[in-house]
Amino acid sequence: MTKRTRQDSETPDIIESRDFQALFDSLAKQGYRLVGPTVREGVVIIDEIAQVSELPIGYIDEQEKGTYRLTHSSGSAFFGYGLGPHSWKKYLFPPRMRLWQAQRYNGSFAIAADDSTDQEVQPLALIGVRACELAALAIQDRVFMGDYPDPHYKAQREQLFIVAVNCIHPESTCFCTSMNTGPRAAGGFDLALTEVLEADRHYLLTQVGSDAGAKMLEAVPHRPATREEKAAADTLISRAAEHIERSMNTRGLKELLPASAESPHWDAIAARCLACGNCTLVCPTCFCATVEDTTDLTGENAERWRLWDSCFTTEFSYVIGGSVRASVKSRYRQWLTHKLSTWVDQFGTLGCVGCGRCITWCPVEIDITEEVRAIQAQHAAVSDGAGRKKKDAHA
Amino acid sequence: MPRKTKPKLAVWKFASCDGCQLSLLDCEDELLAVADAVEIAYFPEATRASLKGPYDVSLVEGSITTEHDAERIHKVRRASKTLIAIGACATSGGIQALRNFKDVKQFTSVVYATPKYIETLSKSTPIADHVFVDFELRGCPINKMQLVEVISAYLNGRKPNVPRYSVCIECKRRGTPCVMVAHGTPCLGPVTQAGCGALCPLYQRGCFGCYGPSDAPNTRSLSEQWKAMGQTPKDLARAFRTYNAYADAFRKEGDLHEG
Repeated sequence: MTKRTRQDSETPDIIESRDFQALFDSLAKQGYRLVGPTVREGVVIIDEIAQVSELPIGYIDEQEKGTYRLTHSSGSAFFGYGLGPHSWKKYLFPPRMRLWQAQRYNGSFAIAADDSTDQEVQPLALIGVRACELAALAIQDRVFMGDYPDPHYKAQREQLFIVAVNCIHPESTCFCTSMNTGPRAAGGFDLALTEVLEADRHYLLTQVGSDAGAKMLEAVPHRPATREEKAAADTLISRAAEHIERSMNTRGLKELLPASAESPHWDAIAARCLACGNCTLVCPTCFCATVEDTTDLTGENAERWRLWDSCFTTEFSYVIGGSVRASVKSRYRQWLTHKLSTWVDQFGTLGCVGCGRCITWCPVEIDITEEVRAIQAQHAAVSDGAGRKKKDAHA
Repeated sequence: MPRKTKPKLAVWKFASCDGCQLSLLDCEDELLAVADAVEIAYFPEATRASLKGPYDVSLVEGSITTEHDAERIHKVRRASKTLIAIGACATSGGIQALRNFKDVKQFTSVVYATPKYIETLSKSTPIADHVFVDFELRGCPINKMQLVEVISAYLNGRKPNVPRYSVCIECKRRGTPCVMVAHGTPCLGPVTQAGCGALCPLYQRGCFGCYGPSDAPNTRSLSEQWKAMGQTPKDLARAFRTYNAYADAFRKEGDLHEG
C-alpha cells in the first residue's frame, strides 16, 4: 500500500450517510473481509461485519476506571461510542496461533506444512480505526516488523485496508492528547472519516490517505467538501481534543521510572493489583506471547502453539529455579517501566498511546495516569527533600 | 517409537460426585485414543474388569472424609507409580469441605435417621494432605481436554500445559468482554485458576471459582471491589466458600467475611 502524503490543503470529500454502504460493498467486492465495531453482549467489540447496519448505530458508552456501560440512544451516529475492549491487534497477532506441527518419522520427526486456518492471511478492511489505534498499529509494526519480522504479522499487515475514524466522542479514560496520538488521525490510513451529524444532515467527511484509498473512494458516491463542511468536521475534532479529561506528563518518564525502582508506591499498587493480566491483554501495543508444545496421545504428532501471554503471570518470568518476578509488585513495575521507559530503548517510541483501555478494563480501577502521577509526585517530594538537605549541608 | 507395553491406568474414587471420572468417559472422540494408549486396569465406573497393581498412573477423584479412606489412599499411593489428583474434591476437599467450618456432628444429627451409623472425619481434606501427589488437576468438574492433556503429557514424558494464571487470560484470548467491568457482575475470575475456558463469563455469568485460587490470588483487593459493587460480607463469604472453600486463599478470604 503506497501512502499518499497527507496535505492539509487537499480538499476532503463528502460521503453522505446513505452512501456509506457503498464503501462496504466496494471493499467486499475487492475481496476484503470487513471487520469493525459491532455490539455483542452489551459491549462494542470488533468482529466481522458486512452491513453498515451492523455498526453500533445510536450506541453511546460511558467509561470510567473499572467501568464500561453501553446504552442505546435515539441517535443515528455510526461512530458515537468510544473504544471497546478489543483492539485490532487480534487480527495481526492472533490470541492463539499454531506455529507448526510435526509428525514422528523414522526415529526423528518431520515438520509438516501447516494447514491451519487460524493463520490464513487474507485481505482485511479495518472499519473505524481511531487515531490512537493507528498509533498502536505503528508501534506494533516496529515490534513485529523490525529486525526479525514475524511472518504472519507482516503478511497480514501488507493486506490491510484501513478506514480510520476521527474521534469526536472521547471517553473520560482517554488521554491521547498527552501521548500525541489523537484525536485526529494523522496518517497510516487509506481513508479517514469524520462523522458529522447535524439536525437535518448526516455525512462523512472523507480524507484520502493512500492510492488504494483514492481508488476505493471512486467506487462510492462522493463530492468535494465545501469549506463549511470541512470547518464543521474540524470543529468537532478540536472540541473532542478539548474534552479529553485525563492526562499524563511524559516528560522525563524514561529516566524517572527506572530511577524509581525502589519507590514505596509499587507496594501500594501491588496491594490493589490482581495480576489478572487484563490491562496487558486489552492494550493495543502489548505483544507478549507464550509458546506451548503439545503432543497427542499416540506421541506421533506434535504441535507448537503461540498464545497471548501477560507479564503479570507468574509463569511469564519462570526460569529454572522459579519466577524472576515472583511478587505482583515487581510485575506491575516491570509492565509500567517497560511501557513508558525501556520501550523507548527497544523500539524508539513509548509503548502507550493513551487509549485508556487499561484504565477502563482493570477490574479494580487501577489508573495508569494516576499511578504515574503518584510516582512523579513522590519523586518530586524526595528530590525536593534531598535538595533541601544538600542546601543545608552547604550552609 | 511404539511402546512395548501399555501403561496401566487406574481410576479411584473417594468422597466425590463421580463427575470428574465421568469427564474421562465424556471424552468421546478421544476416549478410544485413550483406551488405545493405556490399559485401563481399574475403573469401576466404566468396567468390571480389574487388574492387579501396581499401576503406572492412578487418577484419584474425591476427598478424604473417613478413617477408612484415610487408610485406603495410602494403599492407592503404594500401588501407583504416578498419582494424579483430579477435581476440586481431590485437590482442595471439595464442596463437602464446608463441614470443615462447622461441627459435622450437628449435620449428621439433622440429616441421618440413625446418626450413630455414620462414621466420618470432622474435616474433608484433599489427597495431598495424606500422600504425595505427583500432579493436581483442578476443576469442578475437571475439563476433559485438560485431562487428555495431562494423560498425553504423562505418556510422552513432558510437562502438561496446565497454566495457573487467572481466568481473565482465557476470557481475553476468547474475546469475551469482562463481565465485572461491562455489567457490574461480581466475578471470581481474577483470582481463579484458568482451565475451564472461561465458560461462565462466556454466558455473561460471573466466575464461581470452580478451579480454585490462581497462582497469585489477590482476594483482598477483589473483595474490596465486590463490596464497592454492593456485595455484602455474607455474599463474599458465600462466594469464596463453594467448591474450593478449603483451598488456602479462598478459605482465608471466606473466614474474613464470615459474620
